[in-house]
Amino acid sequence: MAREGGQQHKTARKTSEEDSPPESAPSEAASERKEKLDDDVDAILDDIDEVLESNAEEFVRGFVQKGGE
Amino acid sequence: MTVRRIMGTETEFGISVLGTPSANPMLASSQVVNAYASTSARSRRARWDFEEENPLRDARGFDLSRSAADPSQLTDEDVGLANLILTNGARLYVDHAHPEFSTPECTNPRDVVRWDKAGEQIIVTAANAVRIPDQNPIVLYKNNTDNKGASYGAHENYLMKRSTPFPDIVRHITPFFVTRQVICGAGRVGIGQDGQTSGFQISQRADFFEVEVGLETTLKRPIVNTRDEPHADPEKYRRLHVIIGDANLAEISTYLKVGTTSLVLAMIEDRALTADLAIDNPVSELHKVSHDPSLKHLVTLRDGRSMSALDLQECYLEQARDYVDAHLGADADKQTRDVLDRWESVLLRLRTDPVSCRRELDWVAKLALLESYRERDGLEWDDPKLRLIDLQYADLRPDKGLYQRLVARGSIDRLLTDDEVTRAVSEPPVDTRAYFRGRCLAKYPDRIAAASWDSVIFDLPGRDSLQRIPTMEPTRGTRHHVGELLDRCSTAEDLFEAITS
Repeated sequence: MAREGGQQHKTARKTSEEDSPPESAPSEAASERKEKLDDDVDAILDDIDEVLESNAEEFVRGFVQKGGE
Repeated sequence: MTVRRIMGTETEFGISVLGTPSANPMLASSQVVNAYASTSARSRRARWDFEEENPLRDARGFDLSRSAADPSQLTDEDVGLANLILTNGARLYVDHAHPEFSTPECTNPRDVVRWDKAGEQIIVTAANAVRIPDQNPIVLYKNNTDNKGASYGAHENYLMKRSTPFPDIVRHITPFFVTRQVICGAGRVGIGQDGQTSGFQISQRADFFEVEVGLETTLKRPIVNTRDEPHADPEKYRRLHVIIGDANLAEISTYLKVGTTSLVLAMIEDRALTADLAIDNPVSELHKVSHDPSLKHLVTLRDGRSMSALDLQECYLEQARDYVDAHLGADADKQTRDVLDRWESVLLRLRTDPVSCRRELDWVAKLALLESYRERDGLEWDDPKLRLIDLQYADLRPDKGLYQRLVARGSIDRLLTDDEVTRAVSEPPVDTRAYFRGRCLAKYPDRIAAASWDSVIFDLPGRDSLQRIPTMEPTRGTRHHVGELLDRCSTAEDLFEAITS
């Protein structure tokens, strides 16, 4: 569509934050990264499972607010 | 042009008494605020001074009559609800059916994040201090809806030059407000005001906005709110009261929310925005942008062009970047540079690898968590467990809140240290009038009868009437101006004498 084409490219000047991997990582490193991410996700879900309220439906139903502002 | 200006946030917290949906939220909110008062040993509690409040003053140049106003708009009537002024310069009070924390006036985005976070710590301390026999614990949430049709706000305030015409603000800020949610949305499970349509959307608040411009905050909510109550010299300043934002937990979300908004306002003040990005139907586009976490939706502009929310944000970023480079170059302050760099970085990554923003942006962090649960447990969007995750993300209890858990395990990036936040619980910013207010309350607690944004009122021995010190200029009363004076004056009488003689 009629985007202002030139403007989008300029923003590509700065690409990475310190902890994001280089764009052109070799595939081995990429799959390692994916595995590590999966491990991370499993660990996160394990952590969250432990603290989630047990009866989701009832808990959510019980959260009733009045409007504010 | 810089990210610096006088600004702050106001947060209404969701509140519930565990396992007691029928509990009265006004009562519970009062219990929380009063409990915080009881945590300090102070014998006297300063009142809020309503003298300068004017919630019905409209930026378009007229006053709404009191009889025409909805009762919820009459926020200046002291109805005896709990209302505290704190030594960090903040206000903690009950607004309708929610406890609300207003940060002290700050001068830069990082400080806004710092005192906004201190507000979370204060409200949790307050809830923990409530001791009512046979009543379950009170839990507070930093979110904006109950998914049953009610919404409550997380407002931002930006002091602007009075000379900037209000129509200019509306014209240039509206496309920015419609699209900035891709950075500072808090994420929500459920579509529509009552959340009954299943799905995930970027913003907590978008579905509650119904008009483009207006004075209301509780009904027919407008994208641009016209409340014109600067709490400062009205000849010199206006306050842009922004009601469209989500309550953010992620520090970088809040930082970018106020930092980018402050930059755009600076460009409006300097008449530096040239691109016409007027959106054909802003309210409906606001909803559509929120309902499309793939970020592909194309917004229709009044001139017929179609651009995604990211395209529009990049237009603002480019103009800001060019303007700062042209006018300040290497002299631009560090925070202005940092906001520009982070803004650019998240926009680029939202386009190429959105999930890489999950350490920085609330909606991405929440969506990544929800998607992981969907994948592992095979859940559909209408599953109550996903709604619970949305709600519990905002739970402020350190052991229960999912955002809190993500921070604790190092899955969220931070700007601040715990120590910085803890100090902001009791200390004011040093570079606004909040410094004078906060230090007076800390040093002369028994002599302060009342205070507000623009006054501190002393009750001095030997004087029949109360003595009001106006603080109409937000950039005065700083440590630079009055630090030495406050250090020197051991009593409120000494201070008053020194100021007025």
